[in-house]
Amino acid sequence: MANQKFMDEVMGGGLRVLNLIADSPLVERLGLEEHTQKLVYEGAKRAAETAVKAAKRLSSKRSPDHRSKPMKFDLNLSEEQQLMRDTLRRFADDVMQPAAREADDRSSPDADFLETFGDLGAIAMAVPESMGGAAEQVSAVSQMLVAEDLARGDMGLAYAALSPLSFVNAIVHWGDAQQRTSLLPVFLDGDATVASVAVLEPQPLFDPNALRTTAKKRGSDYLLSGEKSMVALADQAKWFLVAAEIPKTGPRFFLVESDTPGVEVIEEPAMGLRSARLGRLKLDKVHVARESVLGGEAALKAEGQVSYDDGVNRARIAWGAMALGTSQALLDYAIPYCNDRIAFGEPISHRQAVAFMIADIGIELESMRMLVYRAAGRIDAGLKCEREAYLARTLCSTKAMQIGTNGVQLLGGAGFIKDHPVEIWYRQLRSIGVMDGNLLL
Amino acid sequence: MIYLELPKDLKLVVNQAHQVAKHIFRPISRKYDRAEHDYPKELDMLAALMDGLNAGGGKKGAGIDTLQRDEASEEGVRNGGNMITCLGMTELCWGDVGLALSIPRQGLGNAAIAAVANPEQKKRFAGVWAAMAITEPGAGSDSANIRTTARLDGDEWVLNGEKIYVTAGSRAGAIVVWATLDRNLGRAAIKSFVVPQGTPGLEVVRLDKKMGIRASDTASITLTDCRIPKENLLGTPDIEAKQGFSGVMQTFDNTRPVVAAMGVGVARAALEHTRDLLGREGIKVRYRGPLLSKRAVEAELIRMEAEWEAGRLLMLKAAWMADNGIPNSTEASMSKAKAARVANEVTLRCVELCGSLGYSEDELLEKWARDSKIIDIFEGTQQIQLLIIARRLLGKRSSELR
Repeated sequence: MANQKFMDEVMGGGLRVLNLIADSPLVERLGLEEHTQKLVYEGAKRAAETAVKAAKRLSSKRSPDHRSKPMKFDLNLSEEQQLMRDTLRRFADDVMQPAAREADDRSSPDADFLETFGDLGAIAMAVPESMGGAAEQVSAVSQMLVAEDLARGDMGLAYAALSPLSFVNAIVHWGDAQQRTSLLPVFLDGDATVASVAVLEPQPLFDPNALRTTAKKRGSDYLLSGEKSMVALADQAKWFLVAAEIPKTGPRFFLVESDTPGVEVIEEPAMGLRSARLGRLKLDKVHVARESVLGGEAALKAEGQVSYDDGVNRARIAWGAMALGTSQALLDYAIPYCNDRIAFGEPISHRQAVAFMIADIGIELESMRMLVYRAAGRIDAGLKCEREAYLARTLCSTKAMQIGTNGVQLLGGAGFIKDHPVEIWYRQLRSIGVMDGNLLL
Repeated sequence: MIYLELPKDLKLVVNQAHQVAKHIFRPISRKYDRAEHDYPKELDMLAALMDGLNAGGGKKGAGIDTLQRDEASEEGVRNGGNMITCLGMTELCWGDVGLALSIPRQGLGNAAIAAVANPEQKKRFAGVWAAMAITEPGAGSDSANIRTTARLDGDEWVLNGEKIYVTAGSRAGAIVVWATLDRNLGRAAIKSFVVPQGTPGLEVVRLDKKMGIRASDTASITLTDCRIPKENLLGTPDIEAKQGFSGVMQTFDNTRPVVAAMGVGVARAALEHTRDLLGREGIKVRYRGPLLSKRAVEAELIRMEAEWEAGRLLMLKAAWMADNGIPNSTEASMSKAKAARVANEVTLRCVELCGSLGYSEDELLEKWARDSKIIDIFEGTQQIQLLIIARRLLGKRSSELR
């Protein structure tokens, strides 16, 4: 940023002087305005030329890799992402939406839902080629788009589908060599092995950085104790990724097999997301080996905290993406409804009171989308995203619920009864402000 | 590839504008707020400076007259004139909205000329500071209802009518006037005309006294048998049933993200300064821990920042679309609606958060809260933006959703 500093100095100093000159009655009286302006013009032109040259010099020093990909503000999807998006949207429209109501009633996805989703290859796309997957490069944006598109179909089913994927993501990002080689093949073999992430705890003002679930040392191993809530596919999962506080070290992720003694799963039906087979995980002195700390020995040092915080950010972006998908489904449903519904002799959408609610849903949905996309884009660009993920979560928590409640309002009584899917979306969108964990891009 | 950060080369332009805002605008901000209608002579220097920067800064031009929807590019994604202008305007309005509106040759009329003038006109009006006159005492948001008339007499148009709220109307070298060729033919007959200052029959009759943006002159003008050359009509004189009005309205797709930028700039000024003042009281912003467990003031700062980011990113999206040849009417309106309402809310809340310090003239916070209100009104009010967005989303014509 040498040139930036240069510009500050050149321009800043010059501009202060300029203000003095401009204000001086002397310049005016002597008829020097034009002359001074010409001086300013030439000076500014030179400063700008120098700065452009400096910028060019700086950019030419960058590594060739960087030069081949000049980073510009861009909202285009990659070809691969667009392809995935087309596939998932069809899946959301043709498979998920028709199945949503029944799955909500049953508090579980169809028996073959996870397998059907597994056939789309999302897991392989999340694992790099070097680890046996199909991804040239893992991308947080790609995963975010998957969450958005699935949540367009149904947020509860999306939550179920994304849970094993989140578990796999954690291993890809932070697992050590041993964890990768032993676990990834299990998920890549196409048998739709179920796994889930358990971070959330059943207490008001839950904070993923102040966990009540503890991991106390016993010899070289750990004993996990505490409760985890809103865990997707809880009674089917073979593996859990459990977040627990190691005293004096901080929060870490643990890989826990579901049949470990002391692990108990009970049903935890909730307002929404029911089709994800929600359960509460009770951990009573669950004995896990030291090797089950995600990331192994290295994770017990400071870098483990960095990974954990990264996980918190990735969860926030994932739930933001869920808010986008469901809000989009709601808007797409409310528009034809308001155009078809006649009251006082014309479509209700001809009234500003109704039309403006639609406009506001459009504006706030796009607002959420920009913040969520930005946070995910920063991960792929190798930039920090704590602030951006936090702001995205802050905005989505409020706006998603606002969209949910206005969606029901637009349909009126019809929105309140179960003939329409809007009431499901209302219940699901309430989760965005609640879910601070349990998913991972 | 989804990447919503600013490219390095644009950061340079942003920094230049920021230096202007910081070292030229801020020091004289209060002065011209008090001395309404005095001409800020510092700005002549600034115009020269901007011309110099544009001339030296390579092919990337900035400024209101570079606004247009570019053709789609084969070479890949572009961050061009629309984005640069929005970013520049953000910085300038971080300094002072009223002064930013008073920079010579950066009037809204210049945007209209850039959008609809033919090559000959663009050449002839190059370097002219052009204001924009649409609103009339009897026609505001319903701009299709204007009464100012234009009648062809030989080689000249004869204009008659009254225009109000003309930003830079007394300072600009020319005014782009909206007038109708035939009131019975509705919006299709509305055309825009370049009327040079000093043309007989054009008179500035009044300068408004305002709550905010007091450094900017807001004029009322009258046109009395005002004769201008036939060639000063922008675009085509044909009254085509469909295309005419949309021609003049097209300008707005380009200027609305720039008005959004004004909101983004003034809101950032208020947020930054409030954080600074509160920081001295030991209040820090941390993007960690549940929002609802925080002190109300910290949570409020974060909430406002999130809303502000939304306005900023919507502005960038609309500008990016224009730079890359993607139609952006809906997004331009969304950016303007969001950024403007957020700017007003944020600046007002910042006054409240800083208490009497925010309310007093010791700080600029109270000024920003006065300045921000107009941003949610001019270039289409909040409600007009909502109408535009709703019509687009619902697929309704203006005759259906009124």
